Amino acid sequence: MTMALITYKEAVRQAMQEEMRRDENVFLLGEDVGVYGGAFGVSLGMVEEFGEERVRDTPISEGVIAGAAAGAAVTGLRPIAEIMFSDFITIAMDSLVNQAAKMRYMFGGKAKVPMVLRMPGGSGTGAAAQHSQSLEAWLVHVPGLKVVMPSTPYDVKGLLKTAIRDDNPVVFIETKTVYNKKGEVPEEDYVIPFGVADVKRVGRDVTVFATGVMVHRSLEAAEILAKEGIDVEVIDPRTLVPFDKETLVKSVIKTGKLIIVHEACKRGGFGGEVAAEVMESEAFDYLDAPIKRVAGKNNPIPYCMELEKSAVPQVDDIVNAVREIV
Amino acid sequence: MGDVTKEQLLDFYKTMLTIRKFEDKAAELFAAGRLPGFVHLYSGEEAVATGVCASLTNKDYITSTHRGHGHLIAKGGQVDKMMAELFAKVTGYCKGRGGSMHIADVDLGILGANGIVGAGQPIAVGAAFANQYLKNDAVSVCFFGDAASNRGTFHEALNLASVWKLPVIFVCENNRFGISMNQKDHMNIVDVSQRAISYGIPGVTIDGNDVAAVYETAKDAISRARKGEGPSLIECKTWRHYGHFQGDAGLYKDAQEQEEWLKKDPILKLEEKLKVLKFAKDTELKEIQQQIQGQIDAAVEFAENSPEPSPEDVLADVYAP
Ligand SMILES: Cc1ncc(C[n+]2csc(CCOP(=O)(O)OP(=O)(O)O)c2C)c(N)n1
Repeated sequence: MTMALITYKEAVRQAMQEEMRRDENVFLLGEDVGVYGGAFGVSLGMVEEFGEERVRDTPISEGVIAGAAAGAAVTGLRPIAEIMFSDFITIAMDSLVNQAAKMRYMFGGKAKVPMVLRMPGGSGTGAAAQHSQSLEAWLVHVPGLKVVMPSTPYDVKGLLKTAIRDDNPVVFIETKTVYNKKGEVPEEDYVIPFGVADVKRVGRDVTVFATGVMVHRSLEAAEILAKEGIDVEVIDPRTLVPFDKETLVKSVIKTGKLIIVHEACKRGGFGGEVAAEVMESEAFDYLDAPIKRVAGKNNPIPYCMELEKSAVPQVDDIVNAVREIV
Repeated sequence: MGDVTKEQLLDFYKTMLTIRKFEDKAAELFAAGRLPGFVHLYSGEEAVATGVCASLTNKDYITSTHRGHGHLIAKGGQVDKMMAELFAKVTGYCKGRGGSMHIADVDLGILGANGIVGAGQPIAVGAAFANQYLKNDAVSVCFFGDAASNRGTFHEALNLASVWKLPVIFVCENNRFGISMNQKDHMNIVDVSQRAISYGIPGVTIDGNDVAAVYETAKDAISRARKGEGPSLIECKTWRHYGHFQGDAGLYKDAQEQEEWLKKDPILKLEEKLKVLKFAKDTELKEIQQQIQGQIDAAVEFAENSPEPSPEDVLADVYAP
């Protein structure tokens, strides 16, 4: 396989471009996704290739963006809708949660809703409380939705292609602080199936389960800890729904210790769900210490960047948590 | 209004009567405690769905509302499968998973009744976009109430439909009330059709109890949409005969007004017209009535004799494979 070194953002764009070339029923809609290329420049250049018919600027109307995506999906198209910041999902929530997620079930299995709602999530840009949230737990809670949270260029490209080909509504949360981070990505067509976690680092002493940007921070923490002789295994679930429980359980059986790291507020966060899954599994008997959650504090994301840092886990927080548990 | 034929008027009559008799039966069954949930009756508003859907085919889409039985029947829904759905039976349109507020059949172009007021508008816009994108000549129609036009989705949907010139027709069924709230208390305009002005699309107000008027107006809007001339808003003034749902006494309605509107019952109006034009005699109308009553009774029998869904299947169809 020939590999290319590209950014996360380019990987997202390539996935959309390749799928749009492959299937003419795939189209992109969202605010300023055309000439402007979207708020983060993800779709730059796409309107030149595909035209305004398939790369469609919309008014500031999140309710109708998500609702029209559902309507177009149930009638034969495969929309990719961009929500400018994941925070704005609140405005699209009815279209997504009460409509798209439930149509197939409510209609007795006679409909399919192949749509992707892409949105950049997370903090770290000094954008304050309404442009920095990690709301994945809200979405994971809704039967009928799939929820994807890729952390690397390789993962984001392979998973976005799978999302576009999937026949269900997929919420695709992009890690905005790694948009410009480079990684190796195959030049050939490839897809990554949903529900398969990736062991980003193999280790034997402690399992660190992390999502989004926390995968990168956990890997950094692992390198620091390696110098102290602590061998950390880092698991990235990549998709939260469906969830790969098996890979996690196997790892915990091996290490006997689990730390869950996410950026979202700890209270009601996805980490609680992960901990419960492990407690209910055969890995419970192998735990040598209580499960630990390293997560965002229960406050809105502040503007001041020093405060912002203190609100979400940093590399040091992960390092300290590991030291405490081993 | 001259070109509505005898056959068309008789077809309208049959459809409207099917809706009325379906609703009468649903009311009776609900009052007897035989249906779960709640039912919102369409009685009194039959001319709207009938007149609009007369110009649609199975390739065209509709989005419906909580008060959806009439839209579904007019769009070709079968009363037996609908009744079975109200009974929560596996033979119902949604296998007993949806009920009155979610009946749908995508193959018939019915994108669902809806439990969320104002939710159908974005969906109809999306379906209309699919029609435009696929160049398939089809249109979509969005039915909604006067109170639903206060939702943000209404405004987002009309605006987007207008700027994208989508083949969608927004049909407002103005029965004057949002549950108990009189239109004069929930908006500061008399005609909802005025709202079209903000979006630069045609908006008209018509007598929603005159099926021929609804038919003619909708036909024009639908044909404009098919020709790529964009969306329209049609407001049909009408009246619901009963309360908001079966069991609501509707005490907030003015008694005299209620009486006046009952005299303007769209089915009575059509019967008179059929007789004046000598298109049908009383005996012929009676025959139609009996025939339709037979269909409704058979639908109930079908529903009663159908199996219940099995709890083992509760997780089926949450996701498409
Ligand atoms: C978003 C939302 N808010 C409130 C309700 C409760 N509700 C159901 S029907 C209704 C009134 C709707 O009035 P209108 O749109 O005029 O339709 P009508 O019932 O008169 O046909 C309300 C408030 C709901 N289902 N959805």
